[in-house]
Formats: sequence, C-alpha cells, structure tokens
Amino acid sequence: MSAPSKTRIVGAPVPRKEGLDKLLGRARYVDDIVCEGMWYGATVRSTIPRGLIRSIGFDRTIDWSEFTVVTAADIPGRNHIQLIVADQPCLADGTVNHCDEAILLIAHPDKHRLHEAVASVQVEYEPLPPVFTIEESERQEIVVWGADNLLKSYLLEKGDVDAAWAGAAHIVEGEYRTGAQEHLYIENNGVIAQWSEEEGVTVWGSLQCPYYVHKSLMAVFDLPAEKVRVIQTETGGAFGGKEDYPSTLGSHAALLAMKSGHPVKMVYDRMEDLAATTKRHPSRVRHKTALDGDGKLQAMEIEVCTDGGAYSTLSSTVLSRATLHSPGPYVCPNVRVRSRSWATNAVPYGAFRGFGAPQACFAIERHMDVIAAAIGMDPVELRRRNFLHDGDTTATEQVMREPVILDKLLDRALAESDYHAKRERFARENATSTVKRGMGMAAFYHGSGFTGSGERMLNSLAGVDVADGKVRVLVSSTEFGQGTNTVLTQIAAETLGLGYDDVLMAPPDTNVVPNSGPTVASRTSMVVGRLIERASRQLIGMLRQDPALKESYSREEFFAACERYRAVHGEPVSLVRYEAPPGIFWDDKKYRGEAYPAYAWAIHIAQVAVDTVTYAAEVEEFWSVQEAGRVLNPVLAGGQIEGGIAQGIGYALYEKVQLVNGRMANNQMTNYIMPTAEDVPPIHVVFEEIPFEHGGCGAKGIGELPHDGPAPAILNAIMDATGVSFTSIPLLPEDVFAEFAMRQPVEETAAV
Amino acid sequence: MSAEWPAIHFTVNGEKRTVRVPPMKRLLDVIREDLRLTGTKEGCGEGECGSCSVRMNGELLNSCLVPVLQAEEATIQTVEGLAVNGVPGALQQAFLKYGGAQCGICTPGMLMAATQLLERNPRPSMAEIREGLAGNLCRCTGFVRIFESVVAAAASRAHEQVEKAAHAR
Repeated sequence: MSAPSKTRIVGAPVPRKEGLDKLLGRARYVDDIVCEGMWYGATVRSTIPRGLIRSIGFDRTIDWSEFTVVTAADIPGRNHIQLIVADQPCLADGTVNHCDEAILLIAHPDKHRLHEAVASVQVEYEPLPPVFTIEESERQEIVVWGADNLLKSYLLEKGDVDAAWAGAAHIVEGEYRTGAQEHLYIENNGVIAQWSEEEGVTVWGSLQCPYYVHKSLMAVFDLPAEKVRVIQTETGGAFGGKEDYPSTLGSHAALLAMKSGHPVKMVYDRMEDLAATTKRHPSRVRHKTALDGDGKLQAMEIEVCTDGGAYSTLSSTVLSRATLHSPGPYVCPNVRVRSRSWATNAVPYGAFRGFGAPQACFAIERHMDVIAAAIGMDPVELRRRNFLHDGDTTATEQVMREPVILDKLLDRALAESDYHAKRERFARENATSTVKRGMGMAAFYHGSGFTGSGERMLNSLAGVDVADGKVRVLVSSTEFGQGTNTVLTQIAAETLGLGYDDVLMAPPDTNVVPNSGPTVASRTSMVVGRLIERASRQLIGMLRQDPALKESYSREEFFAACERYRAVHGEPVSLVRYEAPPGIFWDDKKYRGEAYPAYAWAIHIAQVAVDTVTYAAEVEEFWSVQEAGRVLNPVLAGGQIEGGIAQGIGYALYEKVQLVNGRMANNQMTNYIMPTAEDVPPIHVVFEEIPFEHGGCGAKGIGELPHDGPAPAILNAIMDATGVSFTSIPLLPEDVFAEFAMRQPVEETAAV
Repeated sequence: MSAEWPAIHFTVNGEKRTVRVPPMKRLLDVIREDLRLTGTKEGCGEGECGSCSVRMNGELLNSCLVPVLQAEEATIQTVEGLAVNGVPGALQQAFLKYGGAQCGICTPGMLMAATQLLERNPRPSMAEIREGLAGNLCRCTGFVRIFESVVAAAASRAHEQVEKAAHAR
C-alpha cells in the first residue's frame, strides 16, 4: 500500500464529479424529467392500521373512464416486493397491515385531477386489533405476523456469562430506548416508469440500488432480466431511505404504465413520503454488566429489541448489525446478546444510515456512563481500561488483526476539546448558573461492508472500460450526495496513471453497468473501490499485452494503446469480481467469526448546554476524531462526518416521529423538526489515517460511522451538566421538563 | 385552454416572459413547468425547507408559497441566472471547492439565499451567515461546508472589488 504522500489524485480535494451540474441547476432529478405523453400516478392508501378489506367503491361523480386504475389483480407476476423474505405485497390484497399501505393505484394525464380521484375511492374495512409497541408484540396476545410476531432473532454467546455474576465486584443494569427517525432527504421518493411489449419495463428513479429494483420488477412482472431496465436519476439524498422503498414505488408506477399504455411519473409530496415510507427502527436495549474491582468488564448480558413494523423488509439485517455493535469497542471475556425484531402494525421500518448501529451504540455508550457513575469512576478512564486493542477478540471472537488505535483517538479528542479543563470549569460555573454545561463522549466502531458472509454472497462485479477517449467506471453503485462518483473516478485515475478528468462514471443503468452490489453499508469506497482499483490494474495488464505501452506512459500513449487493443481484441473492458480478504471465516448459525472485514473507529465529544429555565438542550461544540483507513478525498470525507453528526444531533434532540394509531401525525416539515443552520454547532473533524490493505486505495467505510456517536455523547454531556441520566431519545425540552419538574421541589424553582 | 387565462408578464434571469396560466398557480410550478427552469426544486411545499427559494424584486422568497399573479411585472432570479455567460459565479465556485453541495437538491435554494445574504451584507459574520441560511434546510452537509463556502465567496468578492478599484485608479 502506497503511503498517503505518494498519490496524485487519491487523497486530494478534487471537486465533486457532478458538482458543477448541481451548482448550475442543470442536474436532472426525476421530477425534472418530462416524457412525451406522460401520465401521473397516485396511491390510495389504508386509513387503518390492520384489517380486512371488505369492499372498494368508486364515487360516481368522477368519470373513471379517463383514469387508469390498478389493483392487486392487475399484477402479472408475484404480488411481493423481493427483498429478504417475500412477505410484503406490492399492493394490498384483501388485508392491510399498516396505515398508508398501498391498496390501489390511479393514473391520469393531468396530475391535478388525482387528488380528487384518490379521495373518491371508498375502502370499507373490517378492522382487526393492531399492535403498536415492542411490548405489545412480544406479549404475543395479538399475533400480527407469522406464528409469533417474531420477524428475526439472534443469539450471540462468548464465554460463560452465567458463571460471571457471582464473582463480580459490581453489577450494573440499564434500559435504553431510541425512537423512529425520518431520513428527511430533501428530494422525496419519485420514479418514472415505461412499459412496452417489446422492451418490457423501464424505471427511472431516485434510488440507491438499481439492481434491487430490477429484482423486484422481474418478480412483479414475471419478466426475464433482459426485459427489465432500471436507471438511477440524480438523487437528492437517500441515507438508506431509498434502499428498498424504490422497489415498491417503481413497481407501482410500472403497473400503471403497463395498464395505461403511457409513461407514468409518481413523485410523492412531503406528507405522503413522511407518512408512507420507511424510517429508522425504534429500539429497546437492556444491559446487565459485571465488572471487577478495577472497572474491567467481566460479563455483558445484552437484550436488543427492535420494532420492525408490519413486514420484515430489512429488519433481519438491521438487527444483525445492532447485535454486532451492541457490546461496543470493548474487551469482555463473557458476552451474551439476545436480539429480536418484533412485528407491529407500523409502516415497515427500513434502512437508515447506521442500520441498527446507532441504536446499539446509544445503549452501550450511555450505559458506560451509567456504569462509571455507579462505580465512581471517570467515564473516560472506564472506557480506556476496557478498549479493544490489536490482537484482542471481539464478542464474536474475531481477532483484531488490523491496528486498533482507540487510545490515540481518545487522547487526540480529549486534547482537541480541552475536555478535562472544560469539565472542571463547567462544574464550577454550573453551581451558580441557570444554564448547566457539560461534556460527554462516545467511543465506537462501525463495521464496513456487509455483515459476515454478506459480501461473498453479493459476489459483486465491477470494472472499467474505455469509450470516446475517456475511461468509464462501470458500477451500479450510485451517487446520492456521499461522493461515489468522485472517489471511484479518483481511484481509477490514480491506478491508471491518468488525470481526474480522463475518467467518467458510466450511466447508472442496468443495461450498461454490472451489479456491483447495493449502495449501502459503508461498502462503496472500501469494497467497490477495491474492485475498481483491481480492474484498473487488470486493464493496464491487458494493454501491456502490446509491448508498445511502456512502464511509464502519457495519457496520449495510454489511449493510443486502448485503440490498438480495440483493433486487435475488441472493446477494452476490464471486469473483476469480489474476493474476500484471506483468512475470513464467519459462522452464520453461531454468530461467530469475522463479523466485518474491517472496522472504522471514532471518538465523539459533545459540549452541551441545558437551560434550566426553557429546558432546551443545545449542542455548543462537537469534536469527532476517527480512523477510517485512507481518506480518499478530504473535503468529501469531512462533509460525510459533519453531515452524519448533524443528523445524529437531530436524532438525539429534535426529531420525533409522533405515531397516533399507527399513523405518523407530524408528517410535515413544519412539525417534524431537523437541525437548521442555526442549530448545528461548530464541528471539529480530525482523521487519523491507517490505510487498509483490502480497501479501495486503502479506504474503509465512512458514511455511517458519524451517525453512531452523537446521541450517546450528547446525553452523556447532559448527565454531566445536570446529573440526570436520561435513557431515551429523542430528548425534547418537554422530556427534560418532565424529569426536572418531578425532581425539583417547588420552592427551589422560586428561589432561582 | 391556456388562452382563457390572463397574461402575466415578468422578467426571469434578465429575460422578459409572458405566461397564461391560472393566476393561483404556484410560482414554483410556473418556473418549473411553464418556463422549464427545473433548477428550482420542491422539497416540502409549505415554505419550510427553502429548496424552492428564488429572488423576486430583490427579496428572497419561497416560490411554493407565492401565486404567480403576485409576480406581475416582477424581476425574478433563479439558480439558472447565477452564472455569467455560462461561467459559475463566485458563490458557485466556492461551493464546488469547499464542498458546499452534496446531493445537490437544496443547493439551488441555498445559493439563492446566500446570494441574497451577500448582496445585503458583503462581509457577514458567522452568526449572520447562520441566520441568513436558517430558512434553507440541508440534510447532507451539516451546513459546515456551506458556511465555509459563503465565507470564501465573500472574501473572493471583496478581493474582486479591491482589484476593480485598483484598475479604476
């Protein structure tokens, strides 16, 4: 692996590949595209959380002959969205299992006619009793999914937890809860679909994973692969919210296109997007921890529960990541994690940046501060005594073969934030101030790439080719703001010895690019980047079959060699398939082995002020020190960290999904509140770089890491500031008020 | 059908335009659908996110909240009007260099808000930048690099002013 200083393009702050198009307003998002003869689609949705559909009536004041109406009966293939388990219907057929479930689709050439038409469809139901919480679901008195409401469970065991309690100096227990969180990408979900007998189905859309949509369309339309085409349009944010949902929306628009004979555009407005699409899984995590007299972890018993919503969608894999991140970055000889995802009659929860890790990280990192308080130890010291180091084993008995530099990251974060001095100063000042300040931290890892054997099963294919004097990167990995286009072209240009402008992205079109896997799981830079690095080297090897291409070459000599190759061998295309790093072993049944090929590590520190008059908590400053392998582009990497932290601040203090009878009541930007330019504090970002041998030019995953730490760091800071240990997020001023009002005697308030 | 509606005249990005559309049609939809200037985006449709920000008669406004009849005889600037002869302006160049745009969907509105801010206040403080952009939501960047971009653009504009003044002497 080359040292950071020896590269020309990797590691440089080259401008975002598609940046100028976005800045000039000429980037084409799906709603910017108009097709000849295009109609518009809308959805009739369930108004109850669970029940049988008794009848569907159409109001006679509407001339329905102008409209195309699609029901489940119009589906030519299987009425299932293909993901992990095929339990989610494309359109409800006889039963509904959550509010806003799609029942019927309507299309018309004038989009302004759709609202009235949707309102003129009367669905009569026979309601069935719903389940809304993890607690209701696990009681199993009402079964709403399968035989027992259990979408998925895992058991992870290391050592002998039961034997460890007797000899423990301390046993500390805690329960931690996290709420749902909305992605709030600024571009709502949207697609355009087209259908013809000859070409089959084509879907253009705002989406993360073209081949996920492709797979679902094949099943829904019962078509072979070559008759389904999916093209990603410029995508205005995703964060996991466009991982699986576009498979549903794409199918809906395509069904309308087939029946109407017109291209059909479906773009949700904000209220529909908020009410009907996926969110982060709510969770409840319980910890019981044994420590010896020196504060060393002896046993961890962890119970992770998530609310999966009405269908299984991605809940099993989200739960897997939550399970594997629940013990935190610590060494413990005895660990047992039992985890379960429960079905409820909520809109199915789905992928969201972090994918179970933020929930697990909130619990363990809050719990570490609870332990520290219980045993009278400094929370920094408690963590330091238990950190993983090189050669240690994790809860899955994965040996840390790569360097683990948590101590160094922690030292840097403490120094950058002036942590100790500030804590002392705040403790002094808080005594006489109505504004209480505190410092809190979180230490964590995020596993890069798919869990366990996932990457081997994906078997991704990616590569490069040469067309019109440019190298093209061939991947289905998509750009939605995180920087895929930029870092993958940087890797190819670097490896091929070309300039950044000599390399382009091939269009994200399943007719053009191979399946390089979904754009999820912090895998693009590390896994797909590595494929592009290998494919680029392979291309040089192919061109060198012709001895005219010397060891060092100019860009003109390179492209001349490409032309000579083309004349003799045909198109210069270099494709490579995923190869697991050597020595990787994973037992999916026992949940043991190499859970992830690599981990990114971070320390977050939050400085928080709690106003005891308004009960508002505010993050005043934030520090993030991380090691995520080689930094491919410092501007983009910094932007990932800052954006993730801002989302994490929202998760902790602002963003509350209010469900009333299973329906989101605050499905507007007016009352679902995310941090604004005035709420986000100064964020200090520091990278320590250790190139990872098996990642693209040394990179590990970075995109999800920054969302894992803010919530526990902030609530730990609030505990430092106020002495109150809050264990649930989001923590809104009313929650702080409720706690303080209960604790403080009335006369004390009057004395302030 | 369009002939039934009275004509509404306005200037967009320096060009005189006339539309015949329902007078209560949202300015946002007129800009996107009738003028085909799709750089202006819809994020929420209720004036919360600022993605549809345009400048009208020197004021920053959410075009999703304005019926087009209010634009009669108005001078409107959209993101497409920021580049000069196809060359990106100082703000656009700063956003490119400092990472002020990620997914790009809030970017046009953010650029309009930043343009408005710098026109009113050529050297804003950090607090003034935060306040000036508080009506524009960005979910990708955490705003940090947007602030840096605005600071850099303000500095480069100030530099240009000095250069111009020097030339004038």
